[in-house]
Amino acid sequence: MSYASDVSALARKDLLLELRAKETLPAMLIFVVATLTIFHFALPHGTGKVAALGLLWVALVFTALLGLTRAFVAEREQGLFDALVLTPCDRSAIWLGKAIAVFAFLVAAEVVALPAFSIFFSGVGGRTVAAVALADVGICTVGTLLGAMAVAGRARELLLPLLFLPLAVPIVVGGVGASAGAGARYLLFLALYDAIFGVLSWAVFEYVVAEV
Amino acid sequence: MIAVRGLAKRYGDRRVLRNLDLEVEDGGFLLVTGPNGSGKTTLLRILAGLVAPSAGEVRLPPRATIGYLGHAPLVYRELSALENLNLFGRLYRIDERAERIGMLLERFGLWEVRHDRVATFSRGMQQRLGLCRVLLHEPKLLVLDEPANALDAAGLELLQEVLADAMQTFVVATHEPQHVESLATARLALA
Repeated sequence: MSYASDVSALARKDLLLELRAKETLPAMLIFVVATLTIFHFALPHGTGKVAALGLLWVALVFTALLGLTRAFVAEREQGLFDALVLTPCDRSAIWLGKAIAVFAFLVAAEVVALPAFSIFFSGVGGRTVAAVALADVGICTVGTLLGAMAVAGRARELLLPLLFLPLAVPIVVGGVGASAGAGARYLLFLALYDAIFGVLSWAVFEYVVAEV
Repeated sequence: MIAVRGLAKRYGDRRVLRNLDLEVEDGGFLLVTGPNGSGKTTLLRILAGLVAPSAGEVRLPPRATIGYLGHAPLVYRELSALENLNLFGRLYRIDERAERIGMLLERFGLWEVRHDRVATFSRGMQQRLGLCRVLLHEPKLLVLDEPANALDAAGLELLQEVLADAMQTFVVATHEPQHVESLATARLALA
């Protein structure tokens, strides 16, 4: 019970910080809409739906990356990891609270991105929506862990994309596969990715913040 | 309560602390002084359990009974004073949180501005809030790095009052030892 209460307090804190600062979500919204607009004009007429769906996934992954880059800004700039890790809460609760907040920002960006994609290209089906939801879980669990690792490094702005993008490749493969037709198999693949990387990230986070 | 034997800390090739022994009894007050770069902050971070030593043994009380104030007040600038203390109060599972927070805010002169965002506070007010955060869970060991930073005369008086009244064990590093020197039961000068 106290674990859930810690996670909820930490996630609520991050949502409140964003509500006040309004730094991450507006940037993600502008980025995803601008990217889809560029793709709309850059793609030649008659481009197939699969190619367009591929670009949707590229846009979503980079939008998520933008959110992840900002995820630990307050903790980094104000040294707050020191205060958080000294509390008796399980350190994985810090990761889970942050992942939930990033998930909320990503979903909010997608609420705008998917209709925008429908306007510029073609409608998105239920399978694409399900794939996006599953992909969000994987992106947020892995991305939050890597975001915390990058905070400890010197070239943190470079480190996060370098760590995150290779691990996002299976998400894009699963997402495009699920959206483009062979749905169930790829949805299962995404769910498996979420389960494996979710458990790994949860277990490893304690060691990531051990000497931040 | 704190026992350190043969402590050493290196960052790459740079040796920050070497072969340090010290002991602080329950309720004791260790005053750490030394010039910039002498390893005061590193020592305090080790004593707060935030950094692992490269060598040696360190015996500390449990993590949840340590209060640490670093160079920064370690509070969220976009949250109010009350929201910050509520967050840490929940994480420390403090019973009767509202009463404890109210008492600390009153004592440190922040009650009137409890709903204001910390970003709007002066540096001295932020330091007072940092002290509230550190004292919130009534820690057994208080590790304070330059606690007098940015405090005005009234703030300094309050700090001295808090340090003198408290029953905890203290480790304090400062460039201005005159504010707390009379309370010290042990001294460590790092070179």
